[in-house]
Parts: sequence; C-alpha cells; structure tokens
Amino acid sequence: MDLMEYQAKELFAKHGVPTTLGTVVTTAEEAKAAAEEIGGVTVIKAQVKAGGRGKAGGVKIAKTPEEAQQHAEAILALTIKDLPVNRVLVTPATPPVEEYYFSFLLDRSNRSYLCIASVEGGVEIEEVAKTNPDAVKQIAIDAGTGVDEAKATAIVDEVGFPAELRDQAIAMVQSLWTVFTEEDATLVEVNPLARLEGDKLEALDGKVSLDENADFRQAEHEQFEDKDAADPLEAKAKAKGLNYVKLDGSVGIIGNGAGLVMSTLDVVAYAGEAHGGQKPANFLDIGGGASAQVMADGLDVILNDEQVKSVFVNVFGGITSCDAVANGIVSALDILGDEANKPLVVRLDGNNVEEGRRILAEADHPLVVIEQTMDGAADKAAELAAKAGA
Amino acid sequence: MSIFLNKDSKVIVQGITGGEGTKHTRLMLKAGTNIVGGVNARKAGTTVTHQDPDGNDVQLPVFGSVAEAIKETGADVSVAFVPPAFTKDAVIEAIDAEIGLLVIITEGVPVQDSAEFWAYAQGKQTRIIGPNCPGIITPGEALAGITPATISGSGPVGLVSKSGTLTYQMMFELKDFGFSTAIGIGGDPIIGTTHIDALEAFENDPDTKAIVMIGEIGGDAEEKAAAYIQEHVTKPVVGYVAGFTAPEGKTMGHAGAIVSDGAGTAQGKKEALEAAGVKVGKTPSETAQLMREILQAL
Repeated sequence: MDLMEYQAKELFAKHGVPTTLGTVVTTAEEAKAAAEEIGGVTVIKAQVKAGGRGKAGGVKIAKTPEEAQQHAEAILALTIKDLPVNRVLVTPATPPVEEYYFSFLLDRSNRSYLCIASVEGGVEIEEVAKTNPDAVKQIAIDAGTGVDEAKATAIVDEVGFPAELRDQAIAMVQSLWTVFTEEDATLVEVNPLARLEGDKLEALDGKVSLDENADFRQAEHEQFEDKDAADPLEAKAKAKGLNYVKLDGSVGIIGNGAGLVMSTLDVVAYAGEAHGGQKPANFLDIGGGASAQVMADGLDVILNDEQVKSVFVNVFGGITSCDAVANGIVSALDILGDEANKPLVVRLDGNNVEEGRRILAEADHPLVVIEQTMDGAADKAAELAAKAGA
Repeated sequence: MSIFLNKDSKVIVQGITGGEGTKHTRLMLKAGTNIVGGVNARKAGTTVTHQDPDGNDVQLPVFGSVAEAIKETGADVSVAFVPPAFTKDAVIEAIDAEIGLLVIITEGVPVQDSAEFWAYAQGKQTRIIGPNCPGIITPGEALAGITPATISGSGPVGLVSKSGTLTYQMMFELKDFGFSTAIGIGGDPIIGTTHIDALEAFENDPDTKAIVMIGEIGGDAEEKAAAYIQEHVTKPVVGYVAGFTAPEGKTMGHAGAIVSDGAGTAQGKKEALEAAGVKVGKTPSETAQLMREILQAL
C-alpha cells in the first residue's frame, strides 16, 4: 500500500525523522484557517498517491491566508493522474538551501535491500540518474545485518554529505531505517531531503510503501487506507475478501490463481482484436477454493459493473475438482437470481472435468455457454460482448 | 531421474496437524511421496493417521522440532504449511537443522521476513523453494507441495513456473508427453529457488529433454534467466509470460524506476527470452504447441 505525503510524514515523525507535519484539510476554508494559524508564507500541497504533483499544478506557495484559500480551492478541483484531489496539506514554506535525495527500498533482484541516495538534485533525481549516474549512489544493504550506526556512517560518507551535516545525516539514516523495518515498508523515500537555513536537515517530502502481507502485525496501518478514493466495485470486492482490480473493458473475468487470471486477460485481449477491440473488464482471482459462495460473490461484483457485457469464467480444477466448481457456478446463479443477466462463458479443465461439464449441461442455464478450450472461450466471450453492443 | 526430489526423498511436513497440512499430507501420500513424519512443537510425541496409496493406514509421528525429525527419520525434505506469522521461525529452524530441501507453501509471508531468512540461508545446506508456491512434483515418484498429482505422468519435459495454476494448465496441455519434474517457484518479490536454479538443474538432468519456463510481469528474473539460457542451456527451452495486458502498477517514488531500468514488463521479458533463442508462446495453448513440435522432432 502506497501512502500519501502526510501519512509518510506521520511515520517519519513517529520514528524521529525530522520533518514538519503541517495540517491536512479537505476544504479551501480550512486551508485558510490552517495558513492563518501557521502564519507567514505557506505551501499548499495536493495529497494524492501519484508523483509529478508539482508539474500538475498540485503544489503552490501562498503568501497570505487568502491566497492559501484560493490555491486550495484550485488544487482540490484537480485530478492528478486520474486521481481526484480530496485533501491538501498546508505547511510552512521553508525554502531549502540545498536538496538531497535518500531512499531505502526492497531490492528484488538481489533478494535484499538497497539504499539509493544523492547529494545532487533532490526533486529531479531521475534526471540526475540519467545524466550523471555516478552522483546517484546505490548501496547494498545486507538483510541479515541491516543498518546500524557503522553502516549508517558508511552510507553518509559514501553519498558525500557535507561535513557540517554528517552527524545529523547519520542519525537521520538510522531513523529512516527504523521506519523501513519497524513499519514493514518496501520503500521509504525522502525527496527532497532538505538542508534548511541554519544547517538543519529535514524531510520536506516523503513517500512510503507498506507491505500488506505484514498487516497482521501492523494493526495501525489500517488507518492509512484511502477508502473514499477506492473504486466502489473494488471496495465491494475487498469487503468480500476478493482479489479484484477494475479495468476498462467489456468482458468480465473470473479465474483461479493470479497467473492463470493474468493469462486469461491476455488471451481475451488477443481474441477481442477480432471482435471490435473487446478488452477484459477486470482481474478477479477467486483462489484455489472456488466455492459456490466465492463464485457468487465474484459474479455479484462483476455483474454490477455496467461496462461488463459478457463474463468469462476460466477455472482449472486442481485441488478443487471441476464438479465442485460447476456446482458452485450453478448455485451462484441460483443465489443471484434475476441479478444474473449477462452471458457467462465457462471453460473448465483439469480434475474431473467431464463431470463438471455434465453438471453445467444438465443445469442448462440459459445464460451459460460451455466452451472446451481457453482460447475458444475467450473468443466466444469477446464475440458475445461485441454483440451486446459494447 | 529428476531434479531436487525423487522416490527416495524422505519428506516431513512442518504444520502436519493443521488444516492445510492435514489435507495435503493425505494428497502427498496418495501421490506416492515417502512421508516419514511431521513437526508441531505443541503436539510432539503424538501421531497422525493417514493412508498410503494402497489404502492401508499409516501412523506418522509428530516431532517437536525439525532437528528431532531428521535425527529420528533421516528426513531430507520438508514442506512447510505454517501460518505467515510463524513462517520465518519455521524456515530458520529448518535451515539450522540442515534439511536439504525446504518447500514453503505459505502465502502472505511479509517480504522482510523472506529477505531475512534468505540472508540467513546463505552459505548453509538448505535449498529453499517458495514461499507462496505450489511446490515441486516428480510425477510417479514424489510430490512436495500442493500440485495435483493426477494431471500428468512422468516424461521428458522439465517445467519451472512462477504461477501455480499456470503450472497445472501447462502440465495438462502436455500430459500426453509427461514431465520429469515440475516446479512452481512462487511469484513473491523474494523467493528461494529461481528460474535459473531450475534451468541449471534441468540442463544437468539426463531425463529432461526440453524445458518450459513460465514467467510473469514484475522483477527481472526472466531477463536474467534469458541471459543464463544463452550462456549455459543447450536443451530446447519454450517460454510463456503472463501479464501483457495487466494494468501498470502505480509506481511510487523514483527509486523503483531507477533500479528496474525498464525491466519487468511482459513485452520486455518476451523480447529478452526471444533474443536468447527461446520460443515464446502468446498463450498457454500456443506455448504447449511450440513444445509439442520440439518434442515430436526429438
């Protein structure tokens, strides 16, 4: 889960990383009041989970509370990378003397962690990485030993922080490592890491990504979920414990296993090319179990997607045999009743497939079309979606 | 012959008394696996009752630790069905006991736990497969994991895949030829055995004549495997990559983009594999067809 700037800063503050929290507001009037309270020049910053906020007009400097209100009004009306701006952060304007970049992240390729840091750039770090790669240090971290004071010192010296900031930087690196490990993060990024007047180091902006697999030991992370920004269908699926991602196409997809479902999206997109460019409407993995209730929950979500014109159920019976899956589909259609109103192309393969197909054939539901192969079923589902006028 | 697992493997189950552990112990026994016991510290000294492939009852001893299980049974493989919160400890226990092969089925292990036990495993005796994987099957000999043993029999194809159900799908598509060994390595960001480890073992296994490699978007494992194939693999390899139309992840920050350097897309992986001489199918069925043509020409 990716966090917004103000949430990242809360975690920074919790673990002793110097930062200024500011005030999060949802209306222009509140922004004005917050600017009044802070006093002086303020910065109004859009809170969305996307980069490039500045370039999109989502970060503005306000000299007066009235200006803060105007900027907040404009920023709250923005949509940045398809994300509506529902909150702005009001912070004191603290112009940096210098800007640095610092991050800890998961290093998938080396099955460990990595520190990426630079004393050049700050905001334009990607540009620096291209034009002057030597200025961007990549320092491997041993996942067994982590970052202690000695490692933090080695990092600070390799990155080349100014001598007068060395002690502050060493302390900050250790605090950021605490954020990374204690919060089960996969990314902790400070950009810019600012040198302020009076040689003070501060995290002016931050990004944190958290590992959802660790939620069982990170009860506090639930508060970071952006419930109002989630797509309503995605929220509904999540409430039912389904692994669902909404897409833009017309063919609803249900399958078991993430790899097979991803593959199903691809096969539907290829098949759709011959039917006026039909595309998959979603990713939905109902997992190995594929019980009647899970099937009903999945169909319920997909059939409520107005863009969906046909549904492709693609299940490989492994541990769960195809007869159980077929019974699940039949019961799911019973549970849904009139709500089930779009054609359902079903492809079953694997364990006990003949019995599964027999059960579906016997039920003879008017909406169900049985296909023998994944490619054939994808073609049929795309054809039906095209016919329904998608 | 096979890789990593055969009929002589002596297998224990960590979490043998739990729901998943019980169910899959039954299925592994049915597949012919020589299961010699299990581990659960709280139920040490008891036994669990299962049936062998002939339907006869077998009593499997439950030990207090992996070390004790190895000492008493000579086990060399462990399959872990342990909840995510306890997986790291279970893995470290198995590594300390010097088990030869550890298959971690558990889904939802925090990635920092995986990073930690992977670092711990360096220089030790244990090969790790997983976590979040279906495990490994050498058809007709043994199953250490949850792959349905009924899909395909033994044969000349070696299969390595990130995805569980695509493993099953591919075994099903090529069941008329059969498999030497099929491994699901799991799709988590940090895993033990990689595509490259499996490719190396298949290359050295005389009974494997051709290899199917299934990948997914994310990471750079397939790109690395492509480079490895070009240098070291003489057997024919057919590839498949899932996720061409998957939505691009909302990347946060710049750090990821700098590291991945464009790697990770399905298209990028396909191109890397093709540049290494691997035939890549557009769909699972096309991939199976490419392999079929190779096998028929052998």
